[in-house]
Amino acid sequence: MRGMQLSLNKTQKLRLERALEQLESLSSKSNSDASVTVADNISVNCEDAILKGHGTTELDGHVVATLCGVVERVNKLVYVRALRARYKPEIGDIIVGRVIEVAPKCWRLEINFSQDAVLMLSSMNLPNGIQRRRTAIDELNMRSIFEENDVICAEVRGFQHDGCLHLQARSQKYGKLERGQLLTINPYLVKKRKQHFHYLEQYGIDLILGCNGYVWVGEHVEVKDPMLVEDQLNKSEQPIADSENSMSSADEVDTCTPLETRENICRTANAIRVLSALGFVVTVEVILAVVNLSTSLSLDIHEMLGPEFYVLVAEKEAERRSSLGKKR
Amino acid sequence: MEYVSPEGLRLDGRRPTEMRQLRAEVGVVAKADGSASFEMGNTKVIAAVYGPREVQNKGQQMDDQALVRCEYSMANFSTGDRMRKPKGDRRSTEISLVIRQTMEACILTHLMPRSQIDIFVQVLQADGGTRSACINAATLALADAGIPMRDLVTSCSAGYLNNIPLLDLNYVEDSAGGPDVTVGILPKLDKVTLLQMDAKLPIDIFENVMQLAIEGCKAVANYIREILLENTKKLEFCRGV
Repeated sequence: MRGMQLSLNKTQKLRLERALEQLESLSSKSNSDASVTVADNISVNCEDAILKGHGTTELDGHVVATLCGVVERVNKLVYVRALRARYKPEIGDIIVGRVIEVAPKCWRLEINFSQDAVLMLSSMNLPNGIQRRRTAIDELNMRSIFEENDVICAEVRGFQHDGCLHLQARSQKYGKLERGQLLTINPYLVKKRKQHFHYLEQYGIDLILGCNGYVWVGEHVEVKDPMLVEDQLNKSEQPIADSENSMSSADEVDTCTPLETRENICRTANAIRVLSALGFVVTVEVILAVVNLSTSLSLDIHEMLGPEFYVLVAEKEAERRSSLGKKR
Repeated sequence: MEYVSPEGLRLDGRRPTEMRQLRAEVGVVAKADGSASFEMGNTKVIAAVYGPREVQNKGQQMDDQALVRCEYSMANFSTGDRMRKPKGDRRSTEISLVIRQTMEACILTHLMPRSQIDIFVQVLQADGGTRSACINAATLALADAGIPMRDLVTSCSAGYLNNIPLLDLNYVEDSAGGPDVTVGILPKLDKVTLLQMDAKLPIDIFENVMQLAIEGCKAVANYIREILLENTKKLEFCRGV
């Protein structure tokens, strides 16, 4: 499997093979028939007017695949869904990216796409929270908001006419992410759901599953509503407000994340690494199940990346899927 | 020297129209978008593909298609005597150019404008036919990276020694001084994208040798298709629904 160089002994290899065989038998037969490689003929009913979608091309009256993947048919549309490809953005996707350049009036972010995404200064909330025109002073102070190599959470706003991707981070839940880990997994392992922000209360950590395959695991940060913060500042007396402000800046410097939270962050991150190495879909339920498995076996965090746990996770997932299948 | 014995066996025991054993593996470089390792007998090659990603050199950016870059290098330990300069010498530059032109012909570059695709190929063990192995490995890596292609590109070499056309020369046969024809084809479309030869051959014999190499390419194509199909099926059932 890619991503991990593991040396499995004979029994572990056998167990892994058995688990994978079980998974294979559980997968629907139609799916495996629909797998196709480059330049394979896609069987279409010639009488229908077929729309040739992504990953297909026409050759001598036949529809031929240009990618390795699975053929999907939706009414008259036939397309090939590639598995291991770069992220394909859609408007409204939540993504996590890293700043690689501070450019005039915008930041360039790297997000596992064929080009860098752009976050305009006007698509970003100013620290005070007030809405006003961005002046030249704001442009000069861009570095105080985000610098190079900062990790940012944002939403896809749209495409420009030249194919450039634009992001927006206008809500409080978007913005700079601190005190945590950024993981890269394959984008096809992250399903588009209603919720991409998860707060694991049990461990006190935030989990953001970016649609582009970048996953953030970090210490929980309370999302402050700007309206409430302003009311608080207005109502409370000046000295208390001052001490609060000075405390918050001192807070960031002095208090570090408690050891237990850091261990939980590492455990969750390792769980995601193991899942992505095995090629299983990464959802909150599965991640929590793997973390629970590791704590129930009282494994050390570094042992989670070892061969034994790898095989155990594969077996567990095979069990889980077979039980799901039986329920239906 | 006798390269084909009177019984019709070559130095390594193969028949004249027999290829070496093929072995391929996909996904060997974890960080790359796509990667593959390809073995033809004792020749081992690793290819890694990065892309499509942002163009590093803005001056080379093309508004309507992707930029394809390729780099071929041989590991120091790949040949019998330790190599002094693995990159930058003439042979490596030439082969890099050849691989780039071959792959660029089959990648649908107009689907990924303003981006860059990097193909890095490294020879780990050289025993003749490194060029062909590199092209085959690059095809696998590109397919693994999900980059749309017109067709697979497969390549094989053939030669003519002791008045017999030989398929898939190894290092000893290659250094015999006879002609070495390398052919790269798009098997489904039945088009030739690469044709190189050193030394001289009469045209009718050349046609035979080229035909033999094309047969070899088709055999490689079948093998590559099997590997890719198996890999796709495995990823799909692991992913589940």
